[in-house]
Amino acid sequence: MDLAFKDDDLAFQKEVRDYIGAHLDDEMKRLGAQSKNGYIDKDGIVRWHKALAAKGWVAPHWPKEYGGPGWTPAQKYIFDLECARAGTPTLSPMGLRMVAPVIMAFGTDEQKQKHLPPILSGDTWWCQGYSEPGSGSDLASLQMRAEDKGDHYLCNGTKIWTTHAQWADWMFCLVRTDPDAPKKQEGISFILIDMKTPGIEVKPIITLDGPADDQQEINEVFFDDVKVPKENRIGEENKGWTYAKYLLEFERGNTYAPSIKRGIRKLRQIASAEQDGQGGALIGDPDFRAKIDDLEIQATALEFTELRIFAELAGGQNPGAKSSILKTRGSEMQQRLSELLVEAIGTYGQPFVQDTFVKSNEPRPGPDYAAPIAPAYFNYRKTSIYAGSNEIQRNIMAKLVLGL
Amino acid sequence: MDFAFTEEQTLLRNMVQRFVQDNYDFESRQKIVDSDEGWKKEFWAQFAELGLLAAPFAEDFGGLGGSAIDTMVVMEELGKGMVVEPYLPTVVLGGGFLKHGGSDALKGEVIPQIIEGAAVIAAAYAEPQGRYNLADLTTTAKKDGGAYVLNGHKAVVLGGPWVDKFVVTARTSGGQRDEGGVSVFLVDKGADGLTTRDYPTVDGFRASEVLLDNVKVDEANVIGEVDGGLPLVERVIDEGIAAISAEAIGVMKMLVDDTIEYSRNRKQFGVPIGSFQVLQHRMVDMYLNYEQSVSMTYMVNIKVDEEEAERKKAASAAKVQIGKAGRFIGQDAVQVHGGMGITEELRVGHYFKRMTMIDTQFGNIDHHMKRYAALSD
Repeated sequence: MDLAFKDDDLAFQKEVRDYIGAHLDDEMKRLGAQSKNGYIDKDGIVRWHKALAAKGWVAPHWPKEYGGPGWTPAQKYIFDLECARAGTPTLSPMGLRMVAPVIMAFGTDEQKQKHLPPILSGDTWWCQGYSEPGSGSDLASLQMRAEDKGDHYLCNGTKIWTTHAQWADWMFCLVRTDPDAPKKQEGISFILIDMKTPGIEVKPIITLDGPADDQQEINEVFFDDVKVPKENRIGEENKGWTYAKYLLEFERGNTYAPSIKRGIRKLRQIASAEQDGQGGALIGDPDFRAKIDDLEIQATALEFTELRIFAELAGGQNPGAKSSILKTRGSEMQQRLSELLVEAIGTYGQPFVQDTFVKSNEPRPGPDYAAPIAPAYFNYRKTSIYAGSNEIQRNIMAKLVLGL
Repeated sequence: MDFAFTEEQTLLRNMVQRFVQDNYDFESRQKIVDSDEGWKKEFWAQFAELGLLAAPFAEDFGGLGGSAIDTMVVMEELGKGMVVEPYLPTVVLGGGFLKHGGSDALKGEVIPQIIEGAAVIAAAYAEPQGRYNLADLTTTAKKDGGAYVLNGHKAVVLGGPWVDKFVVTARTSGGQRDEGGVSVFLVDKGADGLTTRDYPTVDGFRASEVLLDNVKVDEANVIGEVDGGLPLVERVIDEGIAAISAEAIGVMKMLVDDTIEYSRNRKQFGVPIGSFQVLQHRMVDMYLNYEQSVSMTYMVNIKVDEEEAERKKAASAAKVQIGKAGRFIGQDAVQVHGGMGITEELRVGHYFKRMTMIDTQFGNIDHHMKRYAALSD
């Protein structure tokens, strides 16, 4: 057991650092510093996606045959670290990390050829049609109906909390194809919907952080007699729940520690810039420092948990029920980080700046770094709710990990 | 020992409750918050008519002679409605400065104006660099004949866009953080050289950065002792803490009640989510945090008129309790509401935002833990 990077790992680290340095432009950095939810605007995200795709690095977790880089666990870890160090934009995960593994595992050759290349190149933006107004934690109770009309399904219903649906070209969607199935999990199918199909309406949901126009993170999506060709179904009819769960393990089974550690570095910078009202900097306050250190120690524990889990996985695999460990602890630490950032900026948490991305000649109340912080704290309450609330994650771990 | 409210206090509570019911349901509140002005001036006139603005002032000035308990009752009910009109800045802070430090002439002039609703005041005590240290002042006031000339930058002055006058703390002598050398001034908003930069706050209020560029203030408008103003500032801010604690328990009550109600109605897995033990225990903990906060709010409002050391400890203890309980209750209220809790659509998220910001006003948990510890030595 050792952590030491070998010579070629160190060479790889330098190559990654140099490439990021050459391609991460000032606009991406500026927007990243002002982001309240990890995302920058669509243009910036796509620009960064394409920069990585050009080098063959945009899908570290994909198997080589589909265009993954074929990295070792050490190389993936180095890549994550370097991205976090540089503060690269968060990529949209719905194509790359969520639907792609499902298409690889369960899709037809035609589906793979149609969808995987544009996901890899950054030419399609995906969104996730899972939750419905009446089906959150109890996802399998979903009601959106897909009626069999021969060569197509006729879809009616509503999806909710749909991240970036306003920018999406495609949605992967859970629909009910057999309302009479004896178990609710048995009548569900997994289909891909072209967002340009007539009958789809996207309505923004305004979250507590007060997003600017078109920058909303989530939406409600209405389907009124939407025709979806049957060839857009993944796998077998009524077996969608299996694919849905497989996807969720990818959604939850990410690395959280690198971005949390990056956030902690930002917190330390801010605490160094903030005065303590006693003639020193806030970072010199032993009580506040202890809180940062406590979080950093927790993040290190998570980092090594992630390394242990991912070291065992080959490309294209996910950690199964153990992904709930990562999602639970990762989200709790993201929230703690956002809380400490609010504490750090003190009174200047109060002013509201709606569009933190806009360059303004008017001076903002308080330091520039303060503007996104309280909104981010409000926004990050989502992390213990989305992708299966942390209560649901604990149920999963109780059942599938502990066998209770 | 008696924790009962007087008949007058009960009437006062009912009156504010009725005002909130009639005028400040959630939709109406959001309309006010989203309007250009950000508040409703006609409500201020209504507050005056109802006598709310007179509650804590002596009868000599046309007040009702109420105590901190009366203010507590008003603030708790205003908190339930997330009322944005500047009761705390004007009556509690502005009024507090005048009551405890104003000359007879100044009190006689301004307190009746507050009571009539003609003078709206905000307290400009914080500075960008000062964190929560009330003595950390770079704003200066230099004597110039019968006046003082003020220069500096006051930060996040709540209610700033709506007011006629500011109470401004400034340094008349000493170093940046010295306890001595602090003085307090009443400054007209229209004074030459005074400008504001106004903005909304994340919780639906309005505030200003107040910039003072050679603003001349007549020495008659000094509040309290020149160079000896810090104890006055501390006293008024402690009264602010007592009042905001009451607002906080109003906010908490709404968060707890809305959450319990939601958990009764929201069904998943064929049953109300309130039937899940993991959520029941969480809501019980929210309730316990609320009850402890009510107790601390009563405690601080009873003790706020006691001698200095006792008052300071009470205020800091209450602010710590409110900060911790507010965070717990706010976060868990959102969690139990699930996705709905993070939308602008439900009021629960707005109470959560208000609760969060209460911790950043008058010193957060850490600040008051340290202050309490220093007082316990």
